[in-house]
Amino acid sequence: MTKPLQLLGQAAVYVLFAVCILYFATRPTYTYFDPAKAMIKLSFAHGGDPISECRKRSRAELKALAANMRAPNICPRQRVDLHVRLSLDGKVIADASLPPTGLRGDGPSKIYQWFEVPAGPHSIVVELRDSRRKTGFDHRSTEKIMLKPGQNLSIDFKAAQGGFIYE
Amino acid sequence: MEAIKYPMKLVFVWAEGWFDRFFGPKWNPFYCLGALGYYYFWIVSVSGIYIYIFFDTGVPQAYESTEYITHDQWYLAGIMRSVHRYASDAMVVMVLMHFCREFAFDRYRGGRWFSWVTGVSTIWLLFSAGVTGYWLVWDKLAQYIAIVSTEWFDWLPIFGEPIARNFLAPSHFDGRFFTLLVFMHIALPLFLLFVMWFHLQRINYAKVNPAQGLAVGTLLMLIVMSLVEPAVSHEMANLSEVPGELKLDWFYLWAYPMIDTLGPGFMWGFAGLGTLLLLVIPWLPPKKRRPPAVVNLDNCNGCTRCVTDCPFRAVNMKKRTDGAPFAAEAVVDPALCVSCGICVGACPTAMPFRRAGALVPGIDIPDLSVELLRDQVNAAAEPLSGNDRVMTFGCDHGCDPTRLGVKNLGHVALRCSGMLPPSFIDYVLSKDLADGVVITGCREGECHHRLGNVWVDGRMARERDPQLRRRVPAERVLKAWAAPTDRRKLLAEIEAFQERLRELPDDDGAARVKINKAGEKTASEETESAA
Repeated sequence: MTKPLQLLGQAAVYVLFAVCILYFATRPTYTYFDPAKAMIKLSFAHGGDPISECRKRSRAELKALAANMRAPNICPRQRVDLHVRLSLDGKVIADASLPPTGLRGDGPSKIYQWFEVPAGPHSIVVELRDSRRKTGFDHRSTEKIMLKPGQNLSIDFKAAQGGFIYE
Repeated sequence: MEAIKYPMKLVFVWAEGWFDRFFGPKWNPFYCLGALGYYYFWIVSVSGIYIYIFFDTGVPQAYESTEYITHDQWYLAGIMRSVHRYASDAMVVMVLMHFCREFAFDRYRGGRWFSWVTGVSTIWLLFSAGVTGYWLVWDKLAQYIAIVSTEWFDWLPIFGEPIARNFLAPSHFDGRFFTLLVFMHIALPLFLLFVMWFHLQRINYAKVNPAQGLAVGTLLMLIVMSLVEPAVSHEMANLSEVPGELKLDWFYLWAYPMIDTLGPGFMWGFAGLGTLLLLVIPWLPPKKRRPPAVVNLDNCNGCTRCVTDCPFRAVNMKKRTDGAPFAAEAVVDPALCVSCGICVGACPTAMPFRRAGALVPGIDIPDLSVELLRDQVNAAAEPLSGNDRVMTFGCDHGCDPTRLGVKNLGHVALRCSGMLPPSFIDYVLSKDLADGVVITGCREGECHHRLGNVWVDGRMARERDPQLRRRVPAERVLKAWAAPTDRRKLLAEIEAFQERLRELPDDDGAARVKINKAGEKTASEETESAA
């Protein structure tokens, strides 16, 4: 093969390789989320009440313990499952029981869920049970919102800040 | 496994043939994919160090400083950013092609498992390093990567609180996170470099730099790419909005749409099982492990040539143990030996002329010993007649001359062309076993056992020990490197060689000993038997 042909061949290889890199570095585009819709993210990490009441130790129990271990109450480490329910425009879209984390079940319960919803006005009801009660909810929040296309609405829960937080 | 490997090999061999025509063996990118990977790594490092000078951490600062790099200082930092990105992409291509090629050519088993396994671990590091780079820009693409990456990790039941919550809303995100990201984007490539260094620890004369011409061409290509289509960012990330349409870098981010569509659990399974499969491939059947080279101390004079020539660091010199008057002896590490026989080709005692006693060289391959080779040479020469008799020595991985239909050709198969001691050529010609000798094997610039044909070239050119004796007439020796698909080329070269042999005078100065069919000498000019 003559030198000019060799050089042409080399140039062609470089160009082909470059085109391949340039193309796949940005193309084809990928649509992660329909820009006409909106997203609601329900996420929090919250610890429920202990699974049962604390109990006072008897005198005999206290005596059996080493002097430095004589705490008057025995409290269970394990926490109750949380129950969360999210309704959008009167329709339940999430209804979940959230077990506590941790090997001993003493960590916070957690949730991270997202929902693709149409943009526009919506009414949201979010409820949470974090006590030992079997029915009903301990926290309830109702909100009327206007979701813009492409908006990400997060619903968090922080008991110290008064409950549910919309952002 | 063979059903996958063989077609892959044919595609590589075919493509490499074309690239040989354009680039030549020295510049052929296929023959230095690993070295190109290294080269791209250095380009990425240098360009990364430069743009890091202008990069600032913080929620708006990261994006704003990247915009400054891209637009305000486009003429240098902007080009550097583009070079940084495109060289990273090219590095992925090189690494993956290197993997596919080593797999297709069956260069990952036996003693070569170490390079394969360490190579597999570079994949995770390479992708992690690349992904953290995209994250640093803090544009919409970075936001998408942040959300999907953390959601992917949250699938593992090891986090008390979902880490994806860090990107739940603007108030959840802290600019100090970039400090961690910058650290990771520096630490991961450094660790990658360490593993790349580790990857080469069991091979000799590792090629870590591509040929100069190829390096210049590659750099020019990257600069032109950067000018034609500079790397730019998406809009700045905004956690109140969901990223929509994204320009993904498919070299690094191909897995993200899979996580979106198939779920994080599937992706963990795919990545985990895929990695596991890659890691165990060297031990999957069919297992072919040939017996390693053995040292025969009675004939080893500690010359170190086998140590110098071994491509896999399988031979070392240790203190003499047999009391012979030499300082050291060769010792083979069976775990590293791939039984290529290159050490035999380097051994000065692998001399077929020897007649007294058994032919046992200082180092030998048990199932293809030098004595067996000599027997094969004698047997292959027997049916040859006329004045165009050709004896070919070819490796198992190049073109097989016996399938070419050439008349008057005897063939001896070797593990690698580098296994042939040059004295065999002298032996064939001086004993008049053939009129010419052809050495064939993998294409120039490429060798299944890495360095076999390079060493043959050096020995034939009398630049490397053991050298071909000067009395061997050059016109009766032909080197014809040919891949399995180069049959036509090899056929033409051998036929042309035979044509030239026919035209040579019978007595052209070569010291010869005629041997009749019974194996007895008919004339005695042999001077080498004492060797």
